[in-house]
Amino acid sequence: MSAPVKGRPPRVGDAPAFRRALIGVVLTLVAIVIIAPLVIIGYQAFSQGLKVYAEAIAHPDTLHAIGLTVITALIAVPINTAFGVAAAWAITKFDFWGRRFLLVVIEIPFSISPIVAGVAYLFVYGLQGLFGPALESADIKILFALPGIVLASMFVTAPFVARELIPLMQAQGRDLEEAATSLGASGWRTFFFVTLPNIRWALLYGVVLCNARVMGEFGAVSVVSGNIRGQTNTLPLHIELLYHDYQTSGAFAAASILALLAVVTLVAKVLLERHGAGRARRRPALAAPVAAAKTASAEVSS
Amino acid sequence: MKRFLLVGVALAALLAGPLQASAADKLLNASYDVARELFAAENAAFLAKNPGLSVDQSHAGTSKQARAIVEGLEADVVTFNQVTDIEFLVKNGFVSDDWKKDFANQASPFYSLPSFLVRAGNPKGIKDWSDLVRDDVKVIFPNPKTSGNARYTYLAATAYAKEAFKGDEAKVKEFVTKLFDNVPVFDTGGRAATTTFVERNIGDVLITFEAETRSIAKEYGSDKVESVIPSVSLLAEFPVAIVDKVVDKRGSRDLAKSYLDFLYTAEGQRIAAQHGNRVHEPAIAAEFKDQFPEVRLVTVEDVFGGWDKVQKEHFGSGGLLEEIYGER
Repeated sequence: MSAPVKGRPPRVGDAPAFRRALIGVVLTLVAIVIIAPLVIIGYQAFSQGLKVYAEAIAHPDTLHAIGLTVITALIAVPINTAFGVAAAWAITKFDFWGRRFLLVVIEIPFSISPIVAGVAYLFVYGLQGLFGPALESADIKILFALPGIVLASMFVTAPFVARELIPLMQAQGRDLEEAATSLGASGWRTFFFVTLPNIRWALLYGVVLCNARVMGEFGAVSVVSGNIRGQTNTLPLHIELLYHDYQTSGAFAAASILALLAVVTLVAKVLLERHGAGRARRRPALAAPVAAAKTASAEVSS
Repeated sequence: MKRFLLVGVALAALLAGPLQASAADKLLNASYDVARELFAAENAAFLAKNPGLSVDQSHAGTSKQARAIVEGLEADVVTFNQVTDIEFLVKNGFVSDDWKKDFANQASPFYSLPSFLVRAGNPKGIKDWSDLVRDDVKVIFPNPKTSGNARYTYLAATAYAKEAFKGDEAKVKEFVTKLFDNVPVFDTGGRAATTTFVERNIGDVLITFEAETRSIAKEYGSDKVESVIPSVSLLAEFPVAIVDKVVDKRGSRDLAKSYLDFLYTAEGQRIAAQHGNRVHEPAIAAEFKDQFPEVRLVTVEDVFGGWDKVQKEHFGSGGLLEEIYGER
């Protein structure tokens, strides 16, 4: 379309006024919807001074809530990552009966309200529930203890990793893995040297999202936690409790920690990305296995 | 594989942890959601007298707590703000039928009442329930469908009207409807209603438990609001009970009993009073009589014939509350 500007039919976004208006609207919305609440959290947390803030954070219950949230993430995120990779691999690299069904099932937690998940766990593991009496007689505690919190968090975040990987792995196809296998690479070797390098950024992004959600999950955990202070109160639950307790500065202090954990996760992701991208540019060797496999596959197929 | 094994071992260790700790030197108290400071103080005093023990606290809305206990939350004792939620535990066989006889004063170590909080200086001159139906007064309390606090408000207002109109049902209904018409916004819970009143500056009077008004004044500054006690209000009990099924399993009955008994001692009562609750113990009540002006209290049993009846006639589907709330 190298036609002169004059006489060209007008297109969306041509008028400078429209551009400015659009950008203005987006920036305003971002400021109101995202920036303002974050600023308020920081402002409220420190509104009574640094000392009150430090005291609120150093309270044993708050410290425990932070610890519990981190432990939950440390257990739930690796398991869900392994699950997500396995599920994405199975769905995109194999053909089997029920594949489409699996694809739908994995996404269910996205569309179910977390509170429903929590109540469902009550009906499965609760004393009046399906396995409750058996667990009770075996003296195994699932609900109102760490396992219940981890399970509920895992349910809610199960799709995150798989959902990031599946479109990418579908687009990438199976050629490389088939080539690697035909050249005699073992399954694990194929995974670590062929598949993983190709999906690592999507994987990382999935892990970051999963982690952020595990740490922030409120609804499902609220049902199965039992709200025992210093034992089963995760950080989001603790924030709610402090808020309802008229401990506004304490609530915002704890909220600032949760926000900080999220920011740290995001910064870690950005740094990793930059570091990784830089390395890839400097050392094209990383891309070599792919190229080699491609050549190999070309050779095989010819 | 190794990773899974490690996670499995970690999970097993975490599972085993709480089990070993469940000897009877530990107690779990399931309590209502705004009682954290009160029980932090009570527990500290109790533990000072009983070294080597520990008391854990769980706080949430008491209906949620009752449900959690039925589903396996191992609370040895409950300290609730709703009698009906202990009755739910009775129905499910977790608490004995005659729990009200286990401790003095209907197993309610302290009590409170729906009371008024007005803006500093009381510019609208609000003194009693009759002022709340004036055209120039806006009233704030949460939605009685979702808030136990507001149910007490509804019942207290109804009790007042029953007396004032000598039981004329039509007039009572008119009065309560008028009261509801004066509420510009129904929040879901007491905390949200407080925010509406104090921070958003909506309304002339907030109705909530007297015990709450103290912490509200503390949080927002006592120069902004002041407390007004109506001529008559409804006794709001804070019932306690031993959860039989749990203490029998854990062998913690004696400990649970001594903990709840402590709430009735002079020391336990003083702490309750310091946190804005009225107490029965005569010496302590006298000590705090400046803080708690005299008020005539009626009970749900006397005015409404008990909680079961209230549930059926007022709060159940097709009940009076629905009619009044629906007419808005």
